[in-house]
Amino acid sequence: MAELEAVIGLEVHAQLLTRSKMFCGCRAEYLGLPPNSNTCPTCLGLPGALPVINGRAVEMTIQTALALGCRIPEFSKFDRKNYFYPDLPKGYQISQYDLPLSLGGHLEFEVDGERRSCGITRVHLEEDAGTLHHAGEIHTAKFSLVDLNRAGVPLMEIVGEPDLRSPKEAPQYLRALRQLLLHLGVNDGNMEQGSLRCDANISLRPRGQREFGVKVEVKNMNSFRSLEAALEFEVRRQSAVIESGGTVRQETRGWSEAEQATVSQRSKEEAQDYRYFPEPDLPPLQVSRELVERLRAGLPEPPLRLRDRLRDQHQLAEEQAALITERPQDAAYFEAMVAAGAPPRSAANWQLGPLQALCKDAKLDIERSPVPAVELAGLVRMVEAGEVSGTTGREVLVEAFATSRSPVDLIRERGLIQVSDAAQMEAWVGEAIRQLPKAASDFQSGNDRALGPLVGAVRKASGGVANPDLASRLLRERLGRGGG
Amino acid sequence: MSLLDLSISELGRRLRAREFSSVELAEEALGRVEALDGKLGAFLRTTPELALEQARAADRRLADEADPPALCGIPIGHKDVLCTRGVETTAGSRILEGFRPPYDATVVARLARDGAVVVGKMNCDEFAMGSSNENSAFQPTVNPWDAERVPGGSSGGSAAAVAARLSVATLGTDTGGSVRLPASFCGVVGVKPSYGRVSRYGVIAFASSLDQVGPLAKTVEDAQLVLSSIAGPDRRDSTTSPAPVGDLAGALQEGVRGLRLGIPREYLAAGLEDGVKAVFDSACRWLEAEGAELVEVSLPSTEYALAAYYVIAPAEVSSNLARMDGIRFGPGEPQAPSLLEAYELARNRGFGPEVRRRVALGTFVLSSGYYDAYYLRAQKVRTLVARDFSRVFDGVDALISPTAPTPAFRLGERTHDPLAMYATDALTLPANLAGISGLSVPAGFASGLPVGVQVLGPYLGEAMCLRVGAAVERSADVWRRVPAGFDG
Repeated sequence: MAELEAVIGLEVHAQLLTRSKMFCGCRAEYLGLPPNSNTCPTCLGLPGALPVINGRAVEMTIQTALALGCRIPEFSKFDRKNYFYPDLPKGYQISQYDLPLSLGGHLEFEVDGERRSCGITRVHLEEDAGTLHHAGEIHTAKFSLVDLNRAGVPLMEIVGEPDLRSPKEAPQYLRALRQLLLHLGVNDGNMEQGSLRCDANISLRPRGQREFGVKVEVKNMNSFRSLEAALEFEVRRQSAVIESGGTVRQETRGWSEAEQATVSQRSKEEAQDYRYFPEPDLPPLQVSRELVERLRAGLPEPPLRLRDRLRDQHQLAEEQAALITERPQDAAYFEAMVAAGAPPRSAANWQLGPLQALCKDAKLDIERSPVPAVELAGLVRMVEAGEVSGTTGREVLVEAFATSRSPVDLIRERGLIQVSDAAQMEAWVGEAIRQLPKAASDFQSGNDRALGPLVGAVRKASGGVANPDLASRLLRERLGRGGG
Repeated sequence: MSLLDLSISELGRRLRAREFSSVELAEEALGRVEALDGKLGAFLRTTPELALEQARAADRRLADEADPPALCGIPIGHKDVLCTRGVETTAGSRILEGFRPPYDATVVARLARDGAVVVGKMNCDEFAMGSSNENSAFQPTVNPWDAERVPGGSSGGSAAAVAARLSVATLGTDTGGSVRLPASFCGVVGVKPSYGRVSRYGVIAFASSLDQVGPLAKTVEDAQLVLSSIAGPDRRDSTTSPAPVGDLAGALQEGVRGLRLGIPREYLAAGLEDGVKAVFDSACRWLEAEGAELVEVSLPSTEYALAAYYVIAPAEVSSNLARMDGIRFGPGEPQAPSLLEAYELARNRGFGPEVRRRVALGTFVLSSGYYDAYYLRAQKVRTLVARDFSRVFDGVDALISPTAPTPAFRLGERTHDPLAMYATDALTLPANLAGISGLSVPAGFASGLPVGVQVLGPYLGEAMCLRVGAAVERSADVWRRVPAGFDG
């Protein structure tokens, strides 16, 4: 039998970062609120309540579609997708069926350093459902509680073409898409909390065959890792079915993190008939060319292009450039540091190293860093100029971060600027040798490890401002090891 | 003679002259309901506390304001599909028993803003589905002119209460004729505004693309006053027209001289009862005598309208009623062995047979494999119906016809024949499919039963409908007649 090839397409749902919900004035931010407190007649689906389109959500969707190279038809409409479930208060979801906001684009992504492209079928707009809290396991719970705080949150669906050919491409596609959404500022990219969700369709076929095999839809993957693991599991499962002469069943399966396996949820025969029809409560959407062009003009630089530009412009390492452009706020911070005169590679090192660690510990986004880019740039410049040591610089950064003070001011106030004056340095070196005669003689007789304590003593004698490189050079000379 | 025999402008004049107070007027209305509604069944519930509170507020406005609104202090009733904050709203269905909306429908809020006094919620066919009011889950309303006959539906309670002088005016909803038909059967004026003229926010949906709220009242002027209060754009209903309503009152005095009025040939086809035909013919003569030119016109798609309507309306019903799932509304079925069975039990118990029939019909026509043959084709017919109207309105100012082929029929006469019941709306529902304006105005009697004339105007042509309707009303001169048993 010919070797089997996987055919994979992803459907991604992204909650939009609008202020209000998709069809009412309730806040789109729903986490951490008392159950059912963020609701109104419209998102509760009360009899008589009507939807009103959130224009900002439409704009964000069009902007995303434009960034993916989609066409934006002038005429679009909303439809009702009908099904019963307790988290769906109206008994239908307002979505888009045959005339979505956008059609036909593509997404570039990287796998093992190689650039690939995947087609985008469409990007459309719909509303999120509420959430259910089961009293125990879903199938055995005595009751379930319904929380409609999330109901009606704007949800953008990005449907990818079945262009992916291996499980490891899927998380890379999703990473690139997530990065794009972050740079557009339309989604927060949080897969754990479900503001970014991904379903996958996967089928196998003999390599070289044009027709697709029977596809299986896989749901419930809430991390890049589980997406890849679920698809790998499916490749193994479907291969085994085909190789043993069977046929794959068309069905929907759910990824079980606990079992590290997909589990059948419903077969094709049990598939719902959603009875789509045009939403009569909303007039069709006329998307003006002016709006499309205005949104196009406001698009940020595509993440991959930004990364290439920063790498080339500032001679950054590939990995550095990738990390610094992961999120728009990182790139903005970096570019602000460079604009403030920090040498780019050091700027990137300080940002990705000590600053990122501090932000992570404090659970602060870099945008809210108490040490703004201009201040960190000032510090980096002093380190690069030899005015303070790297060690002192890092210590000062920690304090500046904790107290929201300027690191440069802290250095000046404390007189921490390194001293390299020869006469002054000679005096501190003499002092150090007097204090540690044993170390001095050890070093003289060839024990290199004795130099460290001596340098430390110089720094101590100077109150921390002695240039450590100069101190060791002077020590070597004084103790007769200047030559080597 | 009751105060409720008076027109709104007459009541307003006397309220301003302090001949009686709004509280006294409300008490008289509530008293009449108490005394007379037992034999009528028009009210599902009265709201005496709300009414007296609103009446007291109206009396203060009448005393304080130089120019209080025309409806200030006037008793009205709301069809029970209109959400009223804190007041049980059932849409005539068991499944919504106990539902107290936390908000007012826009039309309810606008009438309250203008000082109207709500005396109660009016009976109707369940979720407004029916032509006789016999589909109410709670009680049938009878026709005030003949207790063995239906008041028409679905706004039967709203029409009967005005005819019997239990409320000065009421609101109904018209999806396929549900305001105009009962208006005709009960001998009152009923307006179906153009789609989008009146907000649907807070109106429990029957068929969203067809529903419109309209007033029922004793006179064309009364209906105009209520319509002027409720009409106009609403940011909560995206399907409302942004066009300003304009001055509707002026139209009432303009007369019909020089107007070209079309009579659709298809509306006078077989099935029209002689008595109805006679009343309609005399209305035509009056209009000609007033200076209108009458011409015969053709609306060739009429014969397909009924079928298209009974595809589109049920399709929307099947979706609109999905929220009534027994979990958040209705008694609930906690003993059901599964979620699906809980839904089935709750909806089988909560919905009456006609609602279940339409949900099934609508679910079927939207199903994959049948959508094109039914829903899509019906939408095409709808477009043809709308084109018929826009073509004839190029040549005529308005259309006139009987509102219904017959006067009120007997209770039970059509309950076992859904198709006969559906045909009751044959002359009214094309206007809903096309979204145009219309009204029914009393023009006379056939065998002691009221007969209405329907006036249809173009989209947003409410003023034209009122203008022609007022001319018919002046000539017919029947609006002061009160049904026996309600005239004291």
